[in-house]
Formats: sequence, C-alpha cells, structure tokens
Amino acid sequence: MTTEILEAAPAGTVAAADFDPRVEGQRLIKDWYAGLAEAPRRGQHVANVFVMGNAVEILRAFDFQLVFPEINSLQTGVRKASGEYIRLSEDYGMSPDVCSYVKADVGLMLKENEHPVGRIPKAHLAIASNMCSTFIKWAEIWERWLKVPTFVLDLPGQRATNWRVRPGDAQHAADSRWVEAQFRDLIEKCEKITGKRFDIDRLAEVEERVNQMVFHWNNVMALNRMCPAPYNAMLDGLTYIGIMNVYRGAPEGVEFMRRLERQLKAKVARGEGRVAEERFRLLFSGTPCYVSMRRLVELFETWGGVFAYSDYLTFAAGGMDAGELVYDTSRPLESLAEITALAAQRGLSNQFFAHERLEQQIRDYAVDGIVFHGIKSCRFVSSGMADTRDYLNKRLAVPSLYIESDLIDPRYWSDAQIKNRVDAFFEALNQRGVPPPGDRKTIAAEAGRAA
Amino acid sequence: MLTRLAPENEAELTDLLERCHAAARDNSVPGKDSLPEGFSGTIGHFPVYFPEEIAHAGGLLPVNILGGGNKLELKHADARMGSFVCSICRSTTELGLNGTLQDLTGFVTHPICDAAKHLAGIWSRNLPEQLAQILYLPQNVNSRGATRYIAAEYQRLRADLERKVGHVISDEALRRSIRIYNENRRLLRELYAIRRDEPWKVSCAESYLLMRAGTRMPREEHNAILDQAIDLIRHRSLPAQDKPRVVFLGGFCEQPPLEMLETIDDACFVVDDDLLVGLRWFTQDVPESGDPVWALAESFVERSAASPVQHDERKTKEGYLMEMMRSSKADAAILTAAKFCEPGLDEQLAWSKHLDQAGIQYLVLEFEEKMTSFEQMAMQVETFAESLLFALA
Ligand code: SF4
Ligand code: SF4
Repeated sequence: MTTEILEAAPAGTVAAADFDPRVEGQRLIKDWYAGLAEAPRRGQHVANVFVMGNAVEILRAFDFQLVFPEINSLQTGVRKASGEYIRLSEDYGMSPDVCSYVKADVGLMLKENEHPVGRIPKAHLAIASNMCSTFIKWAEIWERWLKVPTFVLDLPGQRATNWRVRPGDAQHAADSRWVEAQFRDLIEKCEKITGKRFDIDRLAEVEERVNQMVFHWNNVMALNRMCPAPYNAMLDGLTYIGIMNVYRGAPEGVEFMRRLERQLKAKVARGEGRVAEERFRLLFSGTPCYVSMRRLVELFETWGGVFAYSDYLTFAAGGMDAGELVYDTSRPLESLAEITALAAQRGLSNQFFAHERLEQQIRDYAVDGIVFHGIKSCRFVSSGMADTRDYLNKRLAVPSLYIESDLIDPRYWSDAQIKNRVDAFFEALNQRGVPPPGDRKTIAAEAGRAA
Repeated sequence: MLTRLAPENEAELTDLLERCHAAARDNSVPGKDSLPEGFSGTIGHFPVYFPEEIAHAGGLLPVNILGGGNKLELKHADARMGSFVCSICRSTTELGLNGTLQDLTGFVTHPICDAAKHLAGIWSRNLPEQLAQILYLPQNVNSRGATRYIAAEYQRLRADLERKVGHVISDEALRRSIRIYNENRRLLRELYAIRRDEPWKVSCAESYLLMRAGTRMPREEHNAILDQAIDLIRHRSLPAQDKPRVVFLGGFCEQPPLEMLETIDDACFVVDDDLLVGLRWFTQDVPESGDPVWALAESFVERSAASPVQHDERKTKEGYLMEMMRSSKADAAILTAAKFCEPGLDEQLAWSKHLDQAGIQYLVLEFEEKMTSFEQMAMQVETFAESLLFALA
C-alpha cells in the first residue's frame, strides 16, 4: 500500500475539485513518518505492528506510536532502494528464498534503522499475528536482535470450505473468548510497558472512529462497482488502504475516508472514470510489485483495463471490509474480540479458501477477467494461487492471467516477459468481446445493489 | 502387555528394518478393504503435530502425510503450485491430484506456515468428498485461555469426525487411545535414550525408519515393533567407533531423504534430532484420567517439545537447541533446512549465529525431499567430521 504516497503524482489523472486523495495521502504519510522520528524525543512508546491482526485499537488507547515494518519495507521498494537493503541481509546470511519484506527489514537493522524516509525508532513492543506465519518469524528476529518484547496474537481462521460463522453462534463465541483472553493479557503487557492504566473509554473512542472509517471504506469500495470505475483498486486503492492501516482509529483517518468518499461520489456523478475509456474491468489478486508499480498499472491501462477491485484491499486491512463488522462501543473489549475474530476470518479466507471470496468479488464488481500476481517470496498470497485459478477457470470460465514477480525484489521483475503475457491476455479478451459500455453500467450497478 | 522377544540375531533386526523401510517408501493409504481391524477409514494429517488420539479413538487410522520422497514424479502439482513453494507441499498436492490419497476420509493441515495452510484450500477444491480442514492449533500458547481454546478446537474436530464415522467418540475410547499413545511415546523416548547413551548401537537412519513406520499403522502394532526392535538393539554387539557426536536439526516437517541421514551416519553419531518431532511432541505422558480432551489440550501447552513453527515465549529457539546439545552431550550441530521452507531457513540462520557466538562448530546443509545425489553432501559431512575429530583430539 501507499505506493503513490511518496511518489510524485502521475500526469493524466482526473483532477479532483477540492480534495486530492493522492496529495492528502502523501501528506499524511509524511506526517506519520515525521511522528515516528519524533517519538523518542517525546518519550512516546513505540509498537511494531503488522497490517493484519494487530490490536491497533488497544495500542492507540495506550498512545503507542505505530511502526508498520511492512510499509517500511515496501517504501524501500517504492524509493528504489530495496535492492540495497535486501543485499545487505543476504550478505549477512539470510536466504534468497525468504520474504523480501523481512529481508529489507533486516537490512534496515543492519543500517542502524536508517530508512530512505528517515530514522525508524526502536520498538518497545511488537505484535505479530498468525495471519501470515512469516509475521511470527519476523517478530522473533526483533525479539532476538533488538530484545523487543513480542506478543503473538493468535486469530483462528476459516477451518474448512463453506465455513459459515455467524456473530453469536457457538463457534464464534469460542473463538471470541480466545481472542478476548489474549487481549486481556496484551493489556496487562501494555500497562507494564507504558506504566499507564488501561482506559476503556479511550478504547471506545478509538473504536467509534474505526466504525466511521470502515463505514466510508465500504462505500468507497462499493463505488468501484460503477462503470466506469472511479479509481484503480490496485494503484489508488493502495493509497487508501495505506491510510486505513496507518491512521486506523485516528481522527485524521476518519476525515480522509469521509472526504475520499465524497470526492469519489462526485466523480461517479460526473461519469468520470480512472481511465479515459474503460474497456475492461479487472480483478487483481495478490500483492503488487512495488518496484515496478507504475509500469504494471500502465501495462493494463494502455489497453483500457482498470482494476475495479483487488483482494488486497480486503486482506491487507485484516478483513475489516464488511459493513456488518461494527464495534459495539458499549462493550468495547468484548466487542473488539468478537469483531476481530470475524474480521480475521474474512482476511484469512481471502487467501486460504480464496476461490470462495473471488467468486463473490467477480460478481460484485462485474469483472471481465482476473489477474493473479504470484509473489516469489510471499507464500501467504502465492501458494494456492495457481490452483485457485484452475478452479475458477473450470467453474466460471472467467479469463485470467497469471504473472509472477516479487513485492520489492527488483531481480524478479522481467518486463518483456510480463508485457508479452499482458498483451496476449488483452488480445484474447478483445477476441472474446465485452458488453458495450452502456450495458456494463447496468451490470455493475445491479451487482452493487444485489450485494 | 507384549512378551519381550529374546534377541536372536542381527538378521531379525535387519528384517524388521526392511519392513519399516518398505512402509516408508509406500505413499499410498489403505482403502476400505485393506484397513486394519477396528478402523473404518483414514485421517491424513500434515506435519508437525496432530492429536492422533482423537481420530484413533473414533476408528479412523491416522496417517501422517509426509510428502512424496525422492521417487515421485510430479505431473500435476507443478501447474497448481507456485514455483517457490517447498517440496513437501508440492508433492503432497501431487499425491492428492494423482489419486494416491483419494481413499483418505479426511485431510487435516495446520497453521505451521502459509504454504501448509493453503493445502486445505487445495484439498477442498480438488477432493471435495474428503473432510479437508485446518486445525487451528494456536501460535500463542502463553495466554491464559490457550488450553480452553485448544480443548474447544479439539471438541470441534471430535464432532466433525463423529459425523464422519456415524458414532460417538466416547471419553473412554479416548482414554484408551491416550494410553496406547503414551506407551508409544515412552518407547520412542527409550529409542532416543539409546541413541544418546550408546549411539553405536542404532544409527539415526535406523531409528528414523523405526519411528516412521508408526506413521501409517495402528499405534498398537507400532508399539509391538518398537518393543521388539529396542530389545534387539540393546543386545546388539557393535564396536563403538571414533565419530563426533552431533545433533541434527531441520527435519521437523519436510523429510530429509533417507540417503541423507545415512550419509551423516557414515561420518557422525547423531545423538539427537528433530525428525518427526510431532510424534514425540509430548515430553511426558498425557494424563490418563480426567477429561481426555482437556488432558490433550493441556499437554500441548504444558508438556510439549519445540519446533521452528511453534511460537512459545518459554522456549527460545536457541534455548532448545542448546538444551538438546547439552542433554545429548553433542560436540556439534548439523543445521539443515528444506529448500523454500521459510521458517526452517529463518531458524537455520538464527541457530548458526548463536553457535558462532557460543564457539560451537556446526555444519549448514540445505535439502529437498526429492534430492537424489548425495556425493557432494558426503564430502561436506566428512570434512566437517574430520575437523571435529581433529579439534576434539
Ligand atoms: S510473506 Fe507475504 S504477507 Fe507475509 S510478511 Fe511477507 S509479504 Fe507480508
Ligand atoms: S517444509 Fe517448511 S515451508 Fe514447507 S510446509 Fe513444512 S514448515 Fe511449511
């Protein structure tokens, strides 16, 4: 996420009247990094967290300054510096076959926390969830090297296909009880580290703001069911989800999402799309390639292809994309556990039983094709992708493309090969023919209403 | 109880090991007609740990799914799994797609790593008639609610299996299975004690074969084999050789080829290892009275081993490596990792940095279950062993 934020805004995009999410997002991320650099001077406690399963609500109630190591790593990619960080970690002994985010972060440690955007403060606490197993191994590195106390938040996911867990049923109750027990332990840990008493009213305030953000977030995503799609879920969407994560539960986050929704609604009302002439609506599955982000989008947009949705937008926010996931602020802690248990399952289902969610997303966003992006070093998104593709091909006959590179390791971006595959994909789509734009408007709007 | 067989000769042990070897080479699972008596189906489970007692008590034969070894040709899996996934996941997928595992009643995987979690989705898409699921064993065993949560997860599994077999799995049946498995774990501890105390009597490869035989036969039968083998091994009269004592780490999930273990045996005494550690997950007996599900859940939290894929604040990875070396009086360590195994590779680095600091010698090896050439590895191991003997002289 947040790829665009620290890059110059590209030319040729539709001008926003009063609010430019790209510029505003860029400012917010800069502020956040500035806040990180300031944290030690202000005597603020710092926590390392991942984007999925992070108990941010509790940490905010304790005034922790949040470091997102994944975002630090991807920013090395955006800034074309990841190669150097990765090389440092491989020279140190890390295997070429592990997650490149972890390697960029080890490179950062070897560079005494000097990051292209500034100095990253040392954490007083790290929270790793089991949503991606690599989070745990990553946190163990901090535990070992930097002596950072670590809390592993275990979030049970979808156990089997067609797994239906509803709020309040026995399974949900068992899972929530487990999550709540862990939150109570985490709170004790935070109290010890910060020397502050836990304030449940603060938690409720943070939750209220998350509720508002999630409300706007859902509307933002639903707006891309319209044809033409007002934004590119894989490019603009990354800025949005970056703010969802970094400013989750913060007043600035609520304001950003509120204004974003308004801006996009106005765009839809004007009939403006992300691309001048939207010819193909696409679904992107996987994580982006941050070192060649703009190039990747360009390869699709020159054909009039826009990413109406990306499953990244669901799982990279830890699954908080469903309208029904609203905190009951009259019982803040219990509700936090209940919603976290549900959201984590949504987030995990996106990967481990991906076919179920993708089938739904294909319908919701009325897409003409799916692009799967396999990531060399990320088994979380990649291991089941080819099989999911095979399954969807057989069942739904939706055209799909599979390309492979990496998140931030520039060695795995093979431009000519990827371009050839993208071109061939569009040629096949062209031959197949797509509904005329007028019909598509109806399809997308209906899909939106039905959902 | 079994009558202890008097040791006859080396040939008897060789026969026994050959039987175990044949079982290890066989990737198939028994179909309806060839199930052992008392079992009505099979539950395949992926490493590392699975509470086999629950399936065993329900009359479902637990079968460890340990990949395809180095004889399996991949015909389907290459197109279905990214090229950066470890061999055991790829070959397991192949065995699912090529029909070898079609007779399983169910397949259970665990949140040990992301590749392993994906197997449940692959299974549900391709073998929908099987009960395919992830058993969510927790990565936080240090929170107060852990035992209660695991017990709830086991009850869920128990109910799913009951639906599958069509009858209740009683507490009494569970307690009986726990007793059988406790006996199995006791015998394995005995085997490992011989490895530690008289390593010239049984090699790592031999002990591995004996242990692995239990992964696809009823534990009652395996107990009999172990009992017989341990007796024969104890009476073996083999001369102690001049070899360095090493521990072997990295075999907790993907299986190193047998030839690799034999290569190491040729030059070293492997006095402890983490091979098939899930079968030895409990370091003490599981309580045989009281609520059996609670006993299993509590044992997972309170009396369990360690591995790179289980986070536990009480057991640092360096800590358990050093404890393993101390208790087995090892001179050095062989630190291995399966190719593309992220947790294994991360741990291998952490261990080696730690041993550097501690001034302990180690050898780093990478393997794949499918490897077939061991000459280069043999040279590395020999050189390592010689340098150790030289240093220890
Ligand atoms: S493996 Fe994938 S999801 Fe996990 S930390 Fe790395 S990039 Fe993120
Ligand atoms: S070998 Fe490693 S990566 Fe492969 S399934 Fe096992 S733990 Fe996961």
